[in-house]
Amino acid sequence: MSTPTASTKSLATISKDGLWDNNPALVQLLGLCPLLAVTGTVVNALGLAMATAIVLIGSNMAVSLVRNFVPDAVRLPAFVMIIASYVTCTELLMQAYTYELYTVLGIFIPLIVTNCVILGRAEAFAAKNPLIPSMIDGLMMSMGFAVVLVLLGALREVIGQGTLFSNMELLFGEQALSWKIEVIKDYPNFLFAILPPGAFVGLGLLVALKNAIDNGLKARKDGQTTAPTAGSKRVRVTGKIS
Amino acid sequence: MNLLNISSPHATRPGNTGTVMLTVLAALIPGIAVLSYFFGPGHLIQICLASATALLCEAAILYVRKKPILFYLTDYSALLTAVLLAISLPPYAPYWVTIVATLFAIIIAKHLYGGLGQNPFNPAMIGFALVLVSFPVEMTTSWSAPSALLNSSISIQDALRYIFLSRETIDAITMATPLDLYKHQVEIATATEIYQDPIFHGPNSDASIALGWQWVNFAFLLGGAFLLWKKIFTWHVPVSLLISLSLLSLFIGWDSDSYVPLSLHLFAGATMLGAFFIATDPVTASTTPLGKLIYGAGIGILIYVIRTWGAYPDAVAFAVLLMNFCAPLIDQYSQPRTYGHKKAVRGLAKKD
Repeated sequence: MSTPTASTKSLATISKDGLWDNNPALVQLLGLCPLLAVTGTVVNALGLAMATAIVLIGSNMAVSLVRNFVPDAVRLPAFVMIIASYVTCTELLMQAYTYELYTVLGIFIPLIVTNCVILGRAEAFAAKNPLIPSMIDGLMMSMGFAVVLVLLGALREVIGQGTLFSNMELLFGEQALSWKIEVIKDYPNFLFAILPPGAFVGLGLLVALKNAIDNGLKARKDGQTTAPTAGSKRVRVTGKIS
Repeated sequence: MNLLNISSPHATRPGNTGTVMLTVLAALIPGIAVLSYFFGPGHLIQICLASATALLCEAAILYVRKKPILFYLTDYSALLTAVLLAISLPPYAPYWVTIVATLFAIIIAKHLYGGLGQNPFNPAMIGFALVLVSFPVEMTTSWSAPSALLNSSISIQDALRYIFLSRETIDAITMATPLDLYKHQVEIATATEIYQDPIFHGPNSDASIALGWQWVNFAFLLGGAFLLWKKIFTWHVPVSLLISLSLLSLFIGWDSDSYVPLSLHLFAGATMLGAFFIATDPVTASTTPLGKLIYGAGIGILIYVIRTWGAYPDAVAFAVLLMNFCAPLIDQYSQPRTYGHKKAVRGLAKKD
């Protein structure tokens, strides 16, 4: 912290980190509270993802701009104040434009302040890097978070209520009324998927899927690079082994 | 969950997992027969459905996990899970309830934790708790009335129709369970008034506790005694469970005008099935003698607490699952003294 060093990462690496390698929800497992609590439907997940994205991009940029003027000892209170002001702005914006969604998401909008992803990125990345990389990092991290939120929301909505994209008018206005897809007719509500335990199981399955894909990719890569070694395979086991 | 190795001497017995599971299945037969006699063929259909689902799904998962399929299928653990689950479910629950519960029990509760012997929670009870939480309507309105109270007994065609096709006329054969009925009536009526209901004494006053249910519980008690005699499990868990449940019921619920009486606690719900067949699961229960006593007593206390002050009429599943959580910790602190030591080594090892 005392010696802020410029990022050596390229923008592409930063993007890949945020979206996949270091995905906040699947790898860092941060921000689980809103992730588990409000992903009952796609619209809730999307709403929270957008609010988080605004806060994360804004706070990353602001923290990056002030990083050389904030003394180390008070950096956390300073960052939290920056984040809190962005959250307040977002909350007021949501009250103004998507009031119904705001009432649905309730306490989880103000709680974005305590979302570990945001303080984590401020501390781990924005406080050490210039403006543009910080902005890209914030954008990509929130995209990675949003993808997982929406996936989990869709999963829980289909399994829980048998619909997809219901109530999208809360976010997109009147024209979204017809977006609702009834995947299964006369579906008996599967309460477990709608309640938080379903989110835990769903997130666990998504993490497992991500790891399975990673392992598959790794195995394929290893298979390509390690050609069978020709010649003697004898291993020296006596004498001086270096 | 068996986190600790038990100290020697190790008791051995002939046979393998498959034999043990088959013995337990055999011990369930009287209970199933009595259930079918009093409540119609619903349970038998559910058992067939759950067993078929469980075996297919177990085979599929074993194939995906690249394990020998026949070897694991013939330990009959999946079959036992399915049968226990099917007995716990209401006899005329729709088919998808049974299938969802079985799939969840086998895939999530058993195989995702590593298969037989690795699961920290009783798979059958996980499946039951899942559907109880998820489908409250289907799970509370599918208990059939004892056949003696119906105009005509339930035929197999009727049972199949209720389970697989239409549930429109199911109200004609369903009724609240005695525990449920007593629990809700006791707030507005006295014990004598509640006992007027034919569900307790039958149409001709031929039952002494609860029509049908008392014989079901005696049958499971008989099966449990058979398993004790065959030394499939020790006496600790069921005895401490029944004693703690009875003591609480005697001390807190002595007044049957305001609490469910002891006779109903022991012989009207799933108590005997839970005490002898579910709480004694060797994988998820505590393993030391003292630990088994604590584990069983904990389940008994939780059953009483949830039945009396909770929202659900019966509580065996939740009580067992909650104590499954505690079993590793109980094991850690209840190790017996090993040969050569003056005192038992319990808890975490001391730093030297």
